[in-house]
Amino acid sequence: MSEEKGSDKLIDFKEVSVSFRQKKKEIEAVKDVTFSVKEGEILGIIGSSGAGKSTLLRTINRLQAVSKGEVTVGGRSISTLKSGDLRKLRSNIGMIFQHFNLIGSRDVYSNIEFVLLENGKSREEAGKRIDELLKYVGIEDKKHAYPAQLSGGQKQRVAIARALANNAKILLCDEPTSALDAETTEAVLNLLKQINRELNITIVLITHELDVVKEICDRVVVMDAGRVVEIGDVYDVFTRPVSEFTKTLIKKENKFVIPGNVLENARGKIIRIDYFDENAERALIAEAIEEFGVRINILHGRIEFIKKKPVGVLYISVNGEPGQTRDALKYIKENSGKMEVIRDA
Amino acid sequence: MLESFIEIEDKLIKALQETAFMTITSLVIAVILGIGLGIVLFITSEPLLSKNTPVYEVVGFIANTISSIPFLILMIFFLPISAAVVGTKIGSKAVLVPLTVAAAAFFGRLAEASFSDVDKGVLEAVISSGARKSHVIFKIVLPEARISLIKNITVTAITVLGFSAMAGLVGGGGIGDLAYRYGYQRYKKEVMIICILLLIILVQIIQKLGGIIVGILYKKSGG
Repeated sequence: MSEEKGSDKLIDFKEVSVSFRQKKKEIEAVKDVTFSVKEGEILGIIGSSGAGKSTLLRTINRLQAVSKGEVTVGGRSISTLKSGDLRKLRSNIGMIFQHFNLIGSRDVYSNIEFVLLENGKSREEAGKRIDELLKYVGIEDKKHAYPAQLSGGQKQRVAIARALANNAKILLCDEPTSALDAETTEAVLNLLKQINRELNITIVLITHELDVVKEICDRVVVMDAGRVVEIGDVYDVFTRPVSEFTKTLIKKENKFVIPGNVLENARGKIIRIDYFDENAERALIAEAIEEFGVRINILHGRIEFIKKKPVGVLYISVNGEPGQTRDALKYIKENSGKMEVIRDA
Repeated sequence: MLESFIEIEDKLIKALQETAFMTITSLVIAVILGIGLGIVLFITSEPLLSKNTPVYEVVGFIANTISSIPFLILMIFFLPISAAVVGTKIGSKAVLVPLTVAAAAFFGRLAEASFSDVDKGVLEAVISSGARKSHVIFKIVLPEARISLIKNITVTAITVLGFSAMAGLVGGGGIGDLAYRYGYQRYKKEVMIICILLLIILVQIIQKLGGIIVGILYKKSGG
């Protein structure tokens, strides 16, 4: 067997379409979707609201039936499963939600106990397992609290414990951090990463927050109006998006503009450099100054890390002899990911 | 007023007993039947459970039909059926059948609304964990809807109390009957007033009781 993460297709969508009838109008929420989720990976699905992400996610445990096409989980087509087998499949697929969806009339213990008893565990077995789970997600002290007494982050931890209770191999996450503040989001994402790594659970996560995808996903699927418009490694998709929709999505998020007065006051040519991959770690500006004797002033810049690899944007002004400047720009262009002349003075 | 009160004390106690008998008995049976009706309406309208539009439409139509007949007419219409079920066409017992049927149809729709208000997300969560549908209904939907159900039972109890006032027509007795026969037909205004006061007090008691139970349930779930 290959050592590489995710060599097997765990979930496979083949030409999947989902349509609803709403007031005599046929609405196609998911259109002809084909891709697969590899075992052990964290796959993100992004897109604007109404793009069909949620509907697509729900076809994996058949909370949503498909109208056309086929979904296979672990090599088995799920559309023909009888109710007993369907319940078994569902117990192997955990699911968490934006609004946690805990049972309000039951305390934490009883919320988790319910799904354990439903899957044939005895009360004693369930009790042991619940202690284990609560310890794992870090809320042992809330065992007998009711959902209404918990914070958002604590509720999501309980929901995660419940989703993993029956040793799920797959965890579906429906906007798991969209109702949480930044700090709690970070903590929950770290927990999901830990679950993926330590328990080898495949995670399929939908979100509209690009930061969530950058933070934890291995691969990303971009959806627009029910279709998959792009799929690939997270770093590649964010640094070199192919589809127009993805480009706009990323641009919207990166409202990285340079203030007008900075532009006015700067002298010389103004350049925007996008750098990624191996280029991101080079001392490109220093090299250009040294090599061509130009004066370079950094006007604005940012660097971030996706999957521990840097991605950056830099606005600089270049002054110097015309020939030198031209050569310097050529050098920068050849050695950076992307270069754009903002003002050619 | 005090004199007339003493004068009719025995009758008043008897009327109160009759009203209590009719209201409580039919309420208890109607709540059980109504929850059943509500469950059928709920699961046949819920895609996550067993959506079945034809069944929903037929059952819903029957419930609506019963609810749209004025109780007085329903009671008369039910007399032969009462005879078959409880063995008599007159008295408090005979009124039980139409009272229960009307209350069950009324409460059934309210129960359906209580169930529909249960967070769909919670349903999704437990169904996605592999739970049986029957367990989802009895262990999740019913307990989750309990506060709303209690509120609706309170409303139903007050409605049934109102319906029971018409029981006099078939010799069912009760406070409404006393008010009609003494207060109206014999021009005893005081009896009428006493009966009205008694009904007001009963409604207040029912309402208060419902409120107390709701309060306890809220507190229990940490809300």
